[in-house]
Amino acid sequence: MNGVEQETVGTYGLMAEFESPTGLIAACEAAREAGYTKLDAYTPYPIEAVWEALGHHKSKVPLLVLLGGLAGASGGFLFQYWVSVVAYPMNIGGRPFNSWVAFLIPSFEMMILLAAFAAVLGMFILNGLPMPYHPVFNVERFAQASRDRYFLLIGKIDPHFDPTETRRFLEGLAPVEVAEVEE
Amino acid sequence: MSDPLGKAPIVAPGHTAGSVTDKISSIVFERTPRWWWAAFGASFLLVMMLLHSLTKLLFTGVGIWGINIPVGWGFAIINLVWWIGIGHAGTLISAILLLLRQEWRTSINRFAEAMTLFAVACAGIFPLIHVGRPWLAYWLLPYPNTMELWPQFRSPLIWDVFAISTYATVSALFWYVGLIPDLATLRDRSVQRWKKMLFGAFAMGWRGSAVHWHNYEVAYLMLAALATPLVVSVHSVISFDFAVGQLPGWHATIFPPYFVAGAIFAGFAMVLTLSIPLRRLFRLEDFITLRHIQNMAKVMLATGLIVAYGYMTEIFMAFYSGNQFEEFMILNRIAGPYRLYWWALILTNVLAPQAIWLRKVRTSPALIFLVAMFVNVGMWLERYVIVVTSLSRDFLPSSWGTYSGTYWDWSLFIGTIGLFLALIFLFIRFLPMISIFEMRTILPGAKGNPE
Repeated sequence: MNGVEQETVGTYGLMAEFESPTGLIAACEAAREAGYTKLDAYTPYPIEAVWEALGHHKSKVPLLVLLGGLAGASGGFLFQYWVSVVAYPMNIGGRPFNSWVAFLIPSFEMMILLAAFAAVLGMFILNGLPMPYHPVFNVERFAQASRDRYFLLIGKIDPHFDPTETRRFLEGLAPVEVAEVEE
Repeated sequence: MSDPLGKAPIVAPGHTAGSVTDKISSIVFERTPRWWWAAFGASFLLVMMLLHSLTKLLFTGVGIWGINIPVGWGFAIINLVWWIGIGHAGTLISAILLLLRQEWRTSINRFAEAMTLFAVACAGIFPLIHVGRPWLAYWLLPYPNTMELWPQFRSPLIWDVFAISTYATVSALFWYVGLIPDLATLRDRSVQRWKKMLFGAFAMGWRGSAVHWHNYEVAYLMLAALATPLVVSVHSVISFDFAVGQLPGWHATIFPPYFVAGAIFAGFAMVLTLSIPLRRLFRLEDFITLRHIQNMAKVMLATGLIVAYGYMTEIFMAFYSGNQFEEFMILNRIAGPYRLYWWALILTNVLAPQAIWLRKVRTSPALIFLVAMFVNVGMWLERYVIVVTSLSRDFLPSSWGTYSGTYWDWSLFIGTIGLFLALIFLFIRFLPMISIFEMRTILPGAKGNPE
């Protein structure tokens, strides 16, 4: 695992493994202070402090949900209006063709349906899923990221990235191990 | 992690993220326990009975049922409402308790969500076969067709189509999204390559990166916020099937809240029915603790009291209204041909849950299980009483009739119980029945939790 003379071609980045979330959060902050920007952290469960330490801004999922909900509600209502007033007007017990109170219920259900799809599909798209292959899976210890270990990745695309310097920097953060991520 | 109120911890002490992961995922990887084959085998036989009855039904028609004029609804609607109600506890536990930050929900939510899905699947069978020609059931959906017909959107039965299909879809999405990080855990822990590939395909390349989690948490919270009003709307819409009709005993404004409370009541009873034996069989007492069982029993008691209040209001309103048909409806329930059902209903739904007031009952999973079984039966009886007594005795004595289920009614109903149990057993065998990643978050030392 001595990476001093490793070549950087075919390298995706360097990954440091930590035993505790606090170690990872401290490492994220230190890496940001050292000027690294192309960072990613991997944790077995959501930790707000990690994405805050990485400087991520707000998720776009709520906006998508709002749009989905608006589309569902308005689309659902307009469709029922069109069916009941334009396409197939039917006199049901003397009620108006545009029985909007009754139409609110399917409109509500359509709002929930499209908003839920927007939340799920939006999350997938923003996360770039499905993605069957990713270089981080080449690190053998990475399987522990879905159990109880915490990882910090500095990507090769980072302008500050230098195979030797970055490795030294990561090793200074008291990790369990620093591994090279092969492309 | 004992809280200031000095309650029992949610997870037994001594567990770490690693041990929680190992324990829950080992259930999936271990050899199939022998009791599982016995339990699954028995439910599978009931599934065969269901298929037999469905085949008979499709070849013969709904005439094999006990339905008649005037009782045209019968078992199909009773079972639909019963199953949908059971499903509601899953959504309540996973969505509403999430929004209310009730951390104890974590070890039961996955399981309860699966229960929702399977209950809705069982529920969905009944309206489809009740239409008589299920191969034409797609006529319920609005789609451009050569007959140039469109559904009639003023009818609660069409609202039902939208409400139940949306509910089934959103429940499935919620369940699957919740599973993704755990599928990734199973992928990383599988030894055989084909298992890795299979779990990996469903985990869709989940890496647990900060970006992933960030969007994930927001999406999950949004889904919970959407599922919460949805679950209330679904049972309200189902109650409209009755309340919009004009029959005495159906045409009541109390129906939506009364049905929603009944649904949660029935659902918690079913979660208890399933989780009490399963925690024992899989030795999950560390995760599904007595505190979980007690909390669920208390919710069951609280919603049971709302339901009991609903029954009392029905009786009160019948006499307060001064309407002779309403008065007759209640007297007919209490002392008419179906009085046995009504009294059994009072025993199982109103009296039996009161046992939970006693500490002795509350601290014994076996006794809580017994109460939950009473409620399971009671909620079915409630729908029986509502559907049958009102339909069989409407305004005009010349159009009165009687009703009782035939063998085929019962075999279909019991068959869906078999289907439900078979699906539950498959689920607990092949997927993590407790949300692993959420369990990690409630351990001491995780996030900002005190060590």
